[in-house]
Amino acid sequence: MRGYAGKFLEIDLSTKKVNEVTFNEDLLLEYVGGRGLAAKILWDRLGEKWESVDPFGPENILLILTGPMTGFFPGGRLCVSGKSPQSNGMIGSTLAGEFGIELKCAGYDGLIVTGKSPKPCYISIIDDSVTINDASHLWGMEGKETVKVLTKETSEMVRKKYPRYGLLKEPAILYIGPAGEKKARVAVVMTKWSHAAGYGGYGGVMGSKNLKAIAAKGMGPLPDVENHERMKELLVKACKECFKAELWRRWGTGGGGYSFAATSSSEPVRNWQEEWHDQKGYAVDKFEQRTWIKPYWGDFGCPTTCLKLATTKTGPFKGAITDNPDYELQAFLGPNLGIFVPEENVYLASLIDDLGLCGIQGGSVLGFTAELYQRGIITKEDLAGLDLKWGNTMAFAELARKIAAREGIGDILAEGTYRASLKLGKIKHTDLSPYVVHEKGVSIGAHGIRSGKDFSSNIGYACSVQAGDHTSMAGLPADSSGEITDVLHDSGVYCSFNTFSVGEDLIFEFFEAVTGWKTTREQWYKRKGLRILQIQRAMLLLGGRDAKWKPEKDDENPPRFYEPLPTGPYTGKTTDRNAFEDSKQEYYEAVGWNKKGVPKPEVLRRLGLQNVENKLRASKIIS
Amino acid sequence: MVSKTRIWITRDYLKCSGCRRCEIACSLYHENKIWPEASRVRVFMSVPGAEVPHLCVQCDDYPCVGSCPVKALSVSEKTGAVLVDEAICTGCGTCVNACPGKIPHLHPVRKRILICDLCDGKPECVKVCEEGKWNALGKVKRSGSGASMKAYARTPDEITRELAVNLYGEKGEELV
Repeated sequence: MRGYAGKFLEIDLSTKKVNEVTFNEDLLLEYVGGRGLAAKILWDRLGEKWESVDPFGPENILLILTGPMTGFFPGGRLCVSGKSPQSNGMIGSTLAGEFGIELKCAGYDGLIVTGKSPKPCYISIIDDSVTINDASHLWGMEGKETVKVLTKETSEMVRKKYPRYGLLKEPAILYIGPAGEKKARVAVVMTKWSHAAGYGGYGGVMGSKNLKAIAAKGMGPLPDVENHERMKELLVKACKECFKAELWRRWGTGGGGYSFAATSSSEPVRNWQEEWHDQKGYAVDKFEQRTWIKPYWGDFGCPTTCLKLATTKTGPFKGAITDNPDYELQAFLGPNLGIFVPEENVYLASLIDDLGLCGIQGGSVLGFTAELYQRGIITKEDLAGLDLKWGNTMAFAELARKIAAREGIGDILAEGTYRASLKLGKIKHTDLSPYVVHEKGVSIGAHGIRSGKDFSSNIGYACSVQAGDHTSMAGLPADSSGEITDVLHDSGVYCSFNTFSVGEDLIFEFFEAVTGWKTTREQWYKRKGLRILQIQRAMLLLGGRDAKWKPEKDDENPPRFYEPLPTGPYTGKTTDRNAFEDSKQEYYEAVGWNKKGVPKPEVLRRLGLQNVENKLRASKIIS
Repeated sequence: MVSKTRIWITRDYLKCSGCRRCEIACSLYHENKIWPEASRVRVFMSVPGAEVPHLCVQCDDYPCVGSCPVKALSVSEKTGAVLVDEAICTGCGTCVNACPGKIPHLHPVRKRILICDLCDGKPECVKVCEEGKWNALGKVKRSGSGASMKAYARTPDEITRELAVNLYGEKGEELV
């Protein structure tokens, strides 16, 4: 097998047993790696009892997977997965950084983490030395402190293992913050201070296993590829294409906090009550001039380096460090909270990173709470004295700390916007659903659909197998701009941002040069990618104990997306229900689901997914 | 008199994006593989954002060359680079200790010392860095005295400490 290290590590935290496992070539040929392989592993091991698997129970499996393209295609990433405590389905949640590269250089394509450690622990992988170490001294630690302490500690392990090699580069570290330890559903898996596998809530899954961090260091090369010379040529070609996107490189998504509101009216403003603003003080030049200290920041092999390092050095928000913030965090921890000051946004983003909260899910629940405060549904007393009015950055910071600590009302809000709305609704005897912008338990990314001017389509979230995930949206035509394309990138495990410049033909060629497997568009969209989509769909529909989704009811946009936009050039525009229904049916048909949104038995059989069919029948989803 | 073809690689750490394409280019050129720990330039990043591309600075007095007990190291007349004769090198590590920046390191498999050879005057790392307009690494002619080059021969930890403060101010001191 080319492009793969060839083996995976299975680590049972309950028994502290570490085993090497392999997958045969036929399986990898179909499921590739990352998200695709995660779907396969989870289905094989948990599919039969999917509904009863508690995402925070020891029975859940935490997957940390690379793909064959990781390290080769420009901009390597890492895919984190398992049963999601947000959607109760499976989300392939990816993040950038050095971890996947170190893991492959150590000889492993991925990690399968099972069970639960009796005490806080961290895993260190230094080539073939895999140990489970005590992490009691790290428990409770915030992100930047965790990186500092663990970098020192694991670098020392590397020195001990290789005392005679001179100085060696520090290991890569994957970790959770306090929010993950407290099993917040809005907690993330992080690396390098500000990189997060956000969607899914896998920080809480790591926390439920008492796993604070994983460090990896490899001395070897990346695996051999099938056609080395061809891969090198394609690498040069792909990078050249990425270099051409000069403004994309210069601003990254950091211009979005202004432009997605001012030009496309699709940014969450005050919990999506509006999607437009014209706050020029929030435009990219202000971030650039006032907070950016590094114009290009990135990770292994990235020609684009769309991140920018931002900091605040003076004033009440001094000492914050984060990247950009990227558009999602600019939006959710900015206009979504009525905040339009770059330094305050950088401060909140840095804090959210340190706490290990998701900028999107965390920002969403903060905005939701502020709207309830605006409406008088919750009071200062409920918030232990916090005056949560729009734009009060310090109050939002304090509430974020409460969420990460599950303290006071923070305990409810740590459940995420959807679940918190049910709990608070009961307490307040009020239907809070009009104020919740979620899709199947996952707060929706910062790309609204009402104006129709953003890339997000009317079915983007409603029909996605990853629900509110804006990086994995359903779309038409399904065989070129739909979710199956995202499945490709997340299974090869590289950055989809670099695919904007690099055409899909080159990507398939790159796959072939690395793996030796010729995959055509037809094969991907009609078979392999589609099959992965069906498994994810099945898991989403099976759901879990605390939330189950029925497509006829839940393949739907949140109520707010049917309210007319109240401000801006697209005032009055909203989502057309009839057009939505039409697109939904067209999409169902295109991906092999019946009119009710359930995968058709004959499609499942054609894809060799009889066991999925059987399970959906047994669970009465296929009748 | 230093030969006119001698070059030097400038390093502007504040501009380093941490993309490690220099490591990819170096290891592809020398090892025909993507092999970060076998790269002659390695980007240390113990404090995120404070990335340090670490590679030989060609000190005027070449303490590594003088320290080698088996005379495996020599200086290229053409470029000024330190050349390693892998057939002679025993991987004893004496040169690592002689280097003020602890820059040489052992090849993970061959266990012979790795030192930047300036790619015979056309450094691959500089090419890929300039190509992306990062310009953290640059190529200049090395003329006149090179006495201050040695000042760059420092450990990643030393450089990181200063860089973190430069980038993050007082907060930087806490992060190192």
